Amino acid sequence: MKATAVVVGAGHAGLAMSRRLTERSIDHVVLERGEVANSWRTQRWPSLRLLTPNWQTRLPGLDYAGNDPGGFMPVADVVATLSCYASFISAPVRTATRIHALRAVSQGFEIQANDDLVCTRAVVLATGACILPAIPGIAAAVPPSIKTLTPLSYRDPGQLPDGGVLVVGASATGVQLASEIHQAGRTVTLAVGEHVRLPRTYRGRDIFWWMEATGLLAERYDEVDDLTRARHLPSPQLTGRPDAAITDLNSLTAQGIRIVGRLGRVIDGVAQFSGSLANTCALADLKMNRFLNRADEWATAAGLDDQLPPPHRFEPTRVDPRSPLELDLAKGEITTVLWATGFRPDHSWLDIPVRDRTGHIRHDGGIVTGAPGLYILGLPVLRTRASTYIHGAGADSEALAGHLHSFLSKR
Amino acid sequence: MTMTDRPVDNGVNVEALLGAREALTAAPEAAQFTWRASCTWRTGTHSQSTVAGFTGLGTEQQHRSTYEFDVDHPECFASEDNGATPVEYVLVGLAGCLTAGVASVAQLRGIQLRSVTAAIEGQMDILGILGADPDVRNGFEAITVRFTIDADASREDLEALLAQSQKRSAVFDIVANPTKVLVELA
Repeated sequence: MKATAVVVGAGHAGLAMSRRLTERSIDHVVLERGEVANSWRTQRWPSLRLLTPNWQTRLPGLDYAGNDPGGFMPVADVVATLSCYASFISAPVRTATRIHALRAVSQGFEIQANDDLVCTRAVVLATGACILPAIPGIAAAVPPSIKTLTPLSYRDPGQLPDGGVLVVGASATGVQLASEIHQAGRTVTLAVGEHVRLPRTYRGRDIFWWMEATGLLAERYDEVDDLTRARHLPSPQLTGRPDAAITDLNSLTAQGIRIVGRLGRVIDGVAQFSGSLANTCALADLKMNRFLNRADEWATAAGLDDQLPPPHRFEPTRVDPRSPLELDLAKGEITTVLWATGFRPDHSWLDIPVRDRTGHIRHDGGIVTGAPGLYILGLPVLRTRASTYIHGAGADSEALAGHLHSFLSKR
Repeated sequence: MTMTDRPVDNGVNVEALLGAREALTAAPEAAQFTWRASCTWRTGTHSQSTVAGFTGLGTEQQHRSTYEFDVDHPECFASEDNGATPVEYVLVGLAGCLTAGVASVAQLRGIQLRSVTAAIEGQMDILGILGADPDVRNGFEAITVRFTIDADASREDLEALLAQSQKRSAVFDIVANPTKVLVELA
């Protein structure tokens, strides 16, 4: 089979790119390992909702048209939205097509997909940033009597054995799951490393409204101070729950969740936590306040102070000085460890030497370095800070499709 | 606070540090350092340690001179007190590391420092090291560092300075987080 371009993955990014290619009359096919929105269908826990409000969940040519623009889409609605979008744009998706190898050849690229060989001149990788759980090496030292889960295998608290739960990681995933499991009546300990604290709403507006309005989300990858850091930033401690519940550490502590430091290691069945918790929390508070300062300055400059409630600040994170540095996992208090330690993409089938020493694909705003015609889409801060979120695929796909188009014309 | 034309100078070469970050990201093998000390027992609890060379930037490096440290225990421990205790060296290391971080981050952020002092304390229940109570650990129960900083900056900026200096501190990390330690017979 031949196609001028191949998009790998029919999630929001791959579909946005398909739309851009269609707009440019570039003949292409979208290869999808499962169905449209496959990760959302098969790899997300059912209670998950998008962190971004509905009004922001827009794709090229499709704005949110429902009756709850301030709400947060549950996973099932994300699946429905992406499926509708695929039909709406007539995306040429080939479902149930798993890629076994992608090689560079003189004419472009060769893709081994199922039993088929697909020849193409350009490839856009849009397989997603959250495909595999990123589990630290220390996980191997957790006693075998403990059940371990990742956010990909977690469904609901009912699947956990009786007993206490250690949730490792306090990004959006960690705080949401800690809260949900605690509300199901379990004793929850949350190990907190570096994290991003943000309020769900500020001065009556959703925090994503502020991020968009102040221009934060539009900051380009080649303009941010520290790109490596920006791309590895944990997701903010937010939830899209309809009650707009606060999921900062103070609210979790108030609910009765025990907060401990970053899990440093497990030795002889004893989990050891970092003593740097106070500083980790202080850094997150400082960073949040820097953003709120920026928001207030922007609001004043924009002349909005009369229309918005007055500025205020949130209580600094309370850190219990008695929070334990150790927890004996063999004593039976903890029966489950949930690794909410992040995700990584899966490009194991990529046979082109484009990775850096840490295994990340080297790229310049999505244009893969050293492999002309190869693009990557749908990664955090790919081209702007908005790239991390669904709506960021709109501008990113436009820029990369433009580059891809001129690449094809030059040959 | 007055604005002057004089550039911020805390005696830290930020350009060199930023240049090193860039160069070492491109050549990560040169970023592998090995720090060394050697220790010789004198008598009783007294030992002398020296620090002279280390490995880094792909080669053997030397300090400008050899530094010597007497380590002992105080007279109330029935020792001769020929030097600071090992745990006090840990405090010295932590204070020195955080202070270097304060100066560097301040330089990077354009904060002119006039004076920086730190009082550092480690609380310890010595029933642990005496083996008298199995529930008491050997090491510090807690460490507190109190910085007094005179600088052209708001209190919030100085708090951010301290937070960042902890974040990038090697000794803070060594003290706050588990480290694999191997002690063996040569």
